[in-house]
Amino acid sequence: MAAAAVETVALEHLPATHTVLLALYRNVANASFLQEQLLSRNADFEYAFVDASTVVSRFQLLSAVYKAVSAEMAGAMRTPNVHSEMVVSLSSNNNISEAYRRYGVQPATKDVVVVKVLISREGSPSSLTPEDVEKHLETHVQGDSVACSDEELAKVTDWPKLRKYHKLNGLPWIEAIKDEEAKKKELEMLIVSAMAMRGT
Amino acid sequence: MATPEPVAAIQPPPPPADATHEFPLPPILQRSASTAELITQGAEGRLYRTTWLAPDRFCALKHRPSKPYRHPTLDARLTRHRILSEARILQKCRREGVAVPALYGIDESQGVLSMEWVPGRPVRVEVNEYLQRRSGKYPGRARDSVARDEEGAAPLVGLMRRVGEAVGKLHKAGIVHGDLTTSNMMVRPWERNKKTGPINGSHQEDDDDTEHSLEGEIVVIDFGLASQGSADEDRAVDLYVLERAFGSTHPRAESLFPVVLEAYKDTFKAASVVLKKLEDVRMRGRKRSMLG
Repeated sequence: MAAAAVETVALEHLPATHTVLLALYRNVANASFLQEQLLSRNADFEYAFVDASTVVSRFQLLSAVYKAVSAEMAGAMRTPNVHSEMVVSLSSNNNISEAYRRYGVQPATKDVVVVKVLISREGSPSSLTPEDVEKHLETHVQGDSVACSDEELAKVTDWPKLRKYHKLNGLPWIEAIKDEEAKKKELEMLIVSAMAMRGT
Repeated sequence: MATPEPVAAIQPPPPPADATHEFPLPPILQRSASTAELITQGAEGRLYRTTWLAPDRFCALKHRPSKPYRHPTLDARLTRHRILSEARILQKCRREGVAVPALYGIDESQGVLSMEWVPGRPVRVEVNEYLQRRSGKYPGRARDSVARDEEGAAPLVGLMRRVGEAVGKLHKAGIVHGDLTTSNMMVRPWERNKKTGPINGSHQEDDDDTEHSLEGEIVVIDFGLASQGSADEDRAVDLYVLERAFGSTHPRAESLFPVVLEAYKDTFKAASVVLKKLEDVRMRGRKRSMLG
């Protein structure tokens, strides 16, 4: 077992009041339980449970996290909370329920990225600590905790699905790139750009 | 009898407390500890070099501050419109495979656009340094135009070709740049040992001490005046502006401008109509109408 299942990520340009926590679980056995907690709005499960097959890299994932937190700070969220906003921010179109379906945890999801942001407001510091979150996830997520690294994320990325979701098929210049890594970098940037454009 | 209330003397407005108030940073840069370096300032906006999400990923952050002399509603709408238009054009170029900075984030309410930081230096700087090196090597030629077949001209000719190809691709994608100068094109060094595949902004440091050359991919930047369109007239004006930029900034390289046009023609099928229009534009200048 890895020493620390939950990683605290320092994101540039976020105020110190916001702490972003990240975890990746492989072979999750109770995805439907996790989804049910979200659907029933169980307050103990204020998480973004992301289908890891729709994640390309930390950069792409954190772009969505950053976009969601920015919307939260600006009071411009389009979904109930900052965590659902993260899931929707992975999408490049405005259909919210479709985004939950595509990027959020589903009963059949095998690998799950968990994101949690702790927010301290004036006079009410966040009541949770990263340790609390780690303990809670350890108890309720039945899966193998691995580092949420680019290497681990790349293992589970479903490229054909992502290319369909972000309408990235039929671009001849992309197909002409022979180096697989270079091609993926280009696709990653196109996905990040498309995510940035969503909602504008 | 009531005595009139004493009226307070009119006070001049207090001077600005701090000179920096004149150039407010966008909120995104105020709340962070990470550094932002002002790179350039234009009439409409300022460009900062900062980091995006992680400390090793550099980004270019464009801020269009609100203009106090405009009505707030109009101001917000104009800023929003311009930020979004630039973002859409970057995204379109990117999809079509034109080398432009990738879009990282948009905050149209703050007037902020964040993009991939393009390493390298502008074509303007590279060309001028090339010309300086040439003068040093061949003092006799210092004042002569560069000939296509002279010794040592190959790298410059190659660069001019790549400039023409970049403009051709841009126009093919249905984008007109609107301010096509040699300052708005970067020479991004090829990735190590590779002649293809752009570098994606990350892990790039300024390498001021290393040797610079004309080798690299042309990346067109600053789409603040760009528009989507396929009018041959506008395309011809793009080429004309570029031609004039060469004429005024690097007169000794202007002799090679036909290389740019040849490459443009090889890249873009509809080029011949545009080149014909370019002749008209040369005759009369950039503005179509002499009125107003």
